[in-house]
Amino acid sequence: MLRYLARRLAQAAVIVAFVAAISFALIHLAPGDPFSGVMDNPNVSERVRQTLRAQYGLDKPLPEQFVRYIGQLARGDLGWSFSHDRPVLEVLATALPNTVLLMGVALVGSFALGILIALIQVAKRGSATDHALSGVTLLLFSMPDFWLAILALLTFTYWLPIFPVGGAVDAVMHEYMGLGARIVDRLRHLTLPALTLTVLAAGGVARYQRAALLDVLPSDYIRTARLKGLSEREILRRHALRNALLPIISLIGLSFPALLTGAFFIEKIFAWPGMGLAVINAIGTRDYPLVVGGVIIGSIMVTLGSLLADMLYALADPRLRGR
Amino acid sequence: MPWQIQDSAVASLPRPRESAFAVGLRRILRTPSSRVALVILGIIVLVGLLAPFIAPYDPAAQPDIVALKSLPPSLAHPFGTDPYSRDVLSRVIYGARLSLAIGLLATLVSLTLGVAYGAIAGYAGGVGDAVMMRVLDAFLAIPRLLLLLGILVAWPQLSIGALILFLGLTGWFGLSRIVRGQVLALKHAEFVTAAQALGASRRRILVRHLLPNLISPIVVAATVGVAHVIVLEAGLSYLGIGVPQPLASWGNIIQDGADQVAALWWMSLFPGLFMVLTVMTLNILGEALRDAYDRR
Amino acid sequence: MMPPLLSIRDLRTYFYTEAGVARSVDGVSFNIGAGETVGIVGESGCGKSVTALSILRLIQPPGRIEPGSRIEFEGRDIVTLRDEEIRDIRGNRISMIFQEPMSALNPVFTVGDQVAEVARVHARMSKKDAWERAVEMLALTGIPAADERAKQYPHQLSGGMRQRVLIAMALMMKPALIIADEPTTALDVTIQAQILELLVDLQKKIGTSILMITHDLGVIAETTSRVIVMYAGEIVEEAAVDELFAKAHHPYTEGLIHSMPHIGHDQERLNVIPGTVPAPTDWPHGCRFRDRCPYSWDLCEREHPPLYQVGVGHASRCHLAIEPERRGHPHPPLVVEEGVEAA
Repeated sequence: MLRYLARRLAQAAVIVAFVAAISFALIHLAPGDPFSGVMDNPNVSERVRQTLRAQYGLDKPLPEQFVRYIGQLARGDLGWSFSHDRPVLEVLATALPNTVLLMGVALVGSFALGILIALIQVAKRGSATDHALSGVTLLLFSMPDFWLAILALLTFTYWLPIFPVGGAVDAVMHEYMGLGARIVDRLRHLTLPALTLTVLAAGGVARYQRAALLDVLPSDYIRTARLKGLSEREILRRHALRNALLPIISLIGLSFPALLTGAFFIEKIFAWPGMGLAVINAIGTRDYPLVVGGVIIGSIMVTLGSLLADMLYALADPRLRGR
Repeated sequence: MPWQIQDSAVASLPRPRESAFAVGLRRILRTPSSRVALVILGIIVLVGLLAPFIAPYDPAAQPDIVALKSLPPSLAHPFGTDPYSRDVLSRVIYGARLSLAIGLLATLVSLTLGVAYGAIAGYAGGVGDAVMMRVLDAFLAIPRLLLLLGILVAWPQLSIGALILFLGLTGWFGLSRIVRGQVLALKHAEFVTAAQALGASRRRILVRHLLPNLISPIVVAATVGVAHVIVLEAGLSYLGIGVPQPLASWGNIIQDGADQVAALWWMSLFPGLFMVLTVMTLNILGEALRDAYDRR
Repeated sequence: MMPPLLSIRDLRTYFYTEAGVARSVDGVSFNIGAGETVGIVGESGCGKSVTALSILRLIQPPGRIEPGSRIEFEGRDIVTLRDEEIRDIRGNRISMIFQEPMSALNPVFTVGDQVAEVARVHARMSKKDAWERAVEMLALTGIPAADERAKQYPHQLSGGMRQRVLIAMALMMKPALIIADEPTTALDVTIQAQILELLVDLQKKIGTSILMITHDLGVIAETTSRVIVMYAGEIVEEAAVDELFAKAHHPYTEGLIHSMPHIGHDQERLNVIPGTVPAPTDWPHGCRFRDRCPYSWDLCEREHPPLYQVGVGHASRCHLAIEPERRGHPHPPLVVEEGVEAA
């Protein structure tokens, strides 16, 4: 177990190192000097220009620039965001908790909802309910994130104005609220974006979980459970689900790229002040360091997510636990 | 929400005997849902191909930017008009052409790269293979959209060809893993050793047997890949860094109405419906193909 | 005379597959008395396992027990019981042991948990009581340090140990009948003997009936008192064990006995009888064994043989019962003459 953990950690470290190299390549793939627009812009202060030059050592040969760049990344220096006039790390660190909150709620929600749908489908496999739910989950699975978010926004803030239009809190009134009202205000703002992301991700979870359950059901140990006199419902809940949970844990790791991508669009559409909104707004202002910083942090999140899922898997599977 | 888990799902496929494509088609035609999907997809493709004959208006024409702008759906304009007085239905029809073409071309790029990289890694083996696989892990750790954001933000005026290239460049990682696995499995397969003992060259055998083994994962990856690209392209266009304006792609049309989503709801609704229909039918077919090949 | 514990009458279990209707069990009738050990023997595909699963109504679609079949157990017809009622019998009054001790246990629960589950379902025992009972049963099946072993997962136990766990599970509620479907096939020879001994031993202690299903006449000889030979979905011969080995009547049974290696040796496939079992979707007319039989004549093609009474408690589905002199003139089986696969 410990050796497995160490190996897996080393793997993750290698991946992050490669991601850093890729991000360096991204910067230097750009036509001409990636900062020419910034450098020539009279509105950019001399201080920023100097920081940028120092950061990227733009006059030095490429290998040296690379070593500098990696060194800076290793120290947690992601560069300077000129649209915010603050270090990139600071900008992203302020936004990150909101993204983590959104993704966390959606992760828990989508797995709960997805597993529930799959259980209903498998309990009534072959029925009209099963087919109808398969259609729904396929629809969600095929749905472009941004389009469902737009529809949700249209439906629940304009046509049926139940939820506030955007942001994490009421822009004006939040300051003047008491603690209770503030919490309610936050929840009201969180609900629609989190729900949208939950529903989007639940489609994939349900499809995967249904297949996993159907994989488990013909097993001999399910027959043993039937033989003991357990009801189909008990078998599904106790024996099949428990075994089908193992693939679900791997799915948690695999779901991070899709969740993060979804969060980016949803933050943009619901003006949710997270990392995605920061990065997408940075595209508009061509704030290159911020975008690349977002790519790096996002990739680290994905890597950590799959690392975490692998460790959970090793803990949950008694066959691996002993090693 | 499309997930990118193609590789695990089609990992081990048996060796085809008759033409994999024929088998796939025959199998998927058996299920009613994929028959319906095939018909719908066929209609959308036809609409795209015949766009100039079907579209009621010129998708770029701005007949009267004052009187005809932002009209809700009516008989004359079933999908309404946009803020530049362009007919949304015509733009959606031309959008089908563009979005499908981008999806197909970018997927072609991905398939070529994926097969080449995977084959080289699998054939090389040893250290070379290990390094190539670690690089692949890193690319797989970067969500495709983020990678594209990182690339595209540096290229302010992007031609459509370059966009297709970049979409293709970021879509081959999963497939190349499968290809590598197949090459590795083949390398150690007994019949290869046996044929070698009979004097055939190892490389020749590999090449001869590789392609038939790869057809099924490639067909599946291509079907699902086109769906992915369509969604990605729309997302990027929606963010304003995809298909250059004023070309009509589904994402661009939605982007044109994005400032006033509530007032111009028809501009998000109709192109989105077409997009979802296309992606869904492609996913149904991809899944049916996967089942068809798995079941053999 | 006491009514038998289990009485099966005209059991037919069919599978409605794409290739046609597979009549896997096609009109089987037999009894098992209280405390009796009965064996069913036959090649794979003869319908013996489907018979076993039918008794517990564990047939999954597209298979089903045909209407008209009766499985009377303790005065009730299992075929028509409601789902809750049959669940109450499973693992409680009738339990079953399978041949795959590896896969028959759920990999994510401890073996103690899985054994205890039986008592929790049927006796509504508390978690603690059920666990204690499970450890007791595990010890009874000869698992050393049972309280420690109970906390382990299936993959930590050997094949023989796992089979003991399954036996403990089957014995938890002291059932009236245990169905053992090839309980030793997957095990090493030495372990096989131990497990069989254990089963016989426990049967004496607890007094349950056993239905032993196997392709191995050696197992039958060691454990049972009465034998049913199945072929192509039917019973072809039934007799007391000694009678069967001494005076086998049906040519198929003869073939089985001839193909037996020395008892105690690792079992080979039964490959002395030429040909293979026909497909269950397409049983031949007349006698189903005809093509593989060295005595068959035109009557065998014309008429499906009934079960003839050939001795005391001895029945055989062979026309030789009415023309016994033909046994003196064997001929090469049809499958060989026709050049059809002779395995």
